[in-house]
Amino acid sequence: MCTTCGCGDGEVKIDGDDPSHGHEHVHADGTRHSHGHEHAGDHAHDHGSRYAPAHSHAPGLGARRMVQIEQDILAKNNAYAAENRQRLADRGIFTLNLVSSPGSGKTTLLVKTIELLKGRQRVAVIEGDQQTSQDAERIRATGAPAIQINTGKGCHLDAHMVGHAMGKLALADDSLLMIENVGNLVCPAAFDLGEAHKVVILSVTEGEDKPIKYPDMFRAATLMLMNKCDLLPHLTFSVPRAIEFARRVNPGIEVIEVSATTGQGMDAWLAWLEGGAAAARGQRQDSVSSLKHRVAELEAQLAARDV
Amino acid sequence: MHEMSLAEGVLQLIEDAAHHQEFAKVTKVWLEIGQLSGVEIEAMKFCFDAVTRDSIADGARLEIITAPGTGWCLECSTTVSMTEVYGECPQCGGYQVQVTGGTEMRVKELEVV
Repeated sequence: MCTTCGCGDGEVKIDGDDPSHGHEHVHADGTRHSHGHEHAGDHAHDHGSRYAPAHSHAPGLGARRMVQIEQDILAKNNAYAAENRQRLADRGIFTLNLVSSPGSGKTTLLVKTIELLKGRQRVAVIEGDQQTSQDAERIRATGAPAIQINTGKGCHLDAHMVGHAMGKLALADDSLLMIENVGNLVCPAAFDLGEAHKVVILSVTEGEDKPIKYPDMFRAATLMLMNKCDLLPHLTFSVPRAIEFARRVNPGIEVIEVSATTGQGMDAWLAWLEGGAAAARGQRQDSVSSLKHRVAELEAQLAARDV
Repeated sequence: MHEMSLAEGVLQLIEDAAHHQEFAKVTKVWLEIGQLSGVEIEAMKFCFDAVTRDSIADGARLEIITAPGTGWCLECSTTVSMTEVYGECPQCGGYQVQVTGGTEMRVKELEVV
């Protein structure tokens, strides 16, 4: 279990998974273990070799040697993320990873956003929380498809979980996918899920110095949404100072002030979203038309040979 | 940060390498950790010992190679050294510094038998 935040393996649950449908493996050395996951996504798994080589304490082992690895520790997660990113790009889906501390108003903001986009932009949501499917239910009440991932003791979503959840959601081409990460300003910063951007939400009821207290997250984000701005008259929170702190760790970060309650700033946020969605759609159309062009070329070549 | 997840990632890389390069035991692991990566070295060592127990890397020594933090100061238009992600430019004192190095978290090499 993680010493800082309690994350651990083996308790991840995605909506609709039935743990009783697991399968049992018997390894070469007789070790048994069972899996309770469902393969809705279509990517390969690599089950490590934890059991196989560990028990070969046979005499006559070779001498010590060096093995070059030169791999990033997060390489495995990054490979899953790259796969997700490709799957999303192929379908023109603009994907955001929403991160914040617990209680910043992410889900409320998301519900409001979906309502305002109704009829303009299709939205699907992946909800990450340690326990309960309350947030996914709140999203589904708006009519948008949503799936809940419970990370158990885990403190963040990873690209593997998200890949599975994507397989279970009925994602439409050219739509918007919002991934609401576990409320935590630390760990989700390091885990790429395959999103186009991380969007960090800082509510004005928190400290304005959060960007310098949790710099990794604010450095990883493209956009900072300052939420609950309707409460500013009652608080000592200084918006310019919060922006200054955020730009100290990430000079290029964009900032939009919003209030999900009053609707303040929502126009700017929706325009940002629609701009990104249009770009993703454009890229897909470009790649589709270039593929069509290639198919036409190849067909012409084939026709020339096919006498 | 989340040293336990990272230690599990290290073990996965080791197990993959064991599978492809056919070795039975790891005695030393060299990690390159950047000064700005947010990794606590002591926590990393503790977690590494915990996750490698009863694995191919049980009892392996962890060697840490520290990579220095560097950044590009937009004001000075030059590369400067940094000790904190949100640190100021040591030349002009400004905060318009984009991190360019020191965020590494890599498994460099292994000593195996």
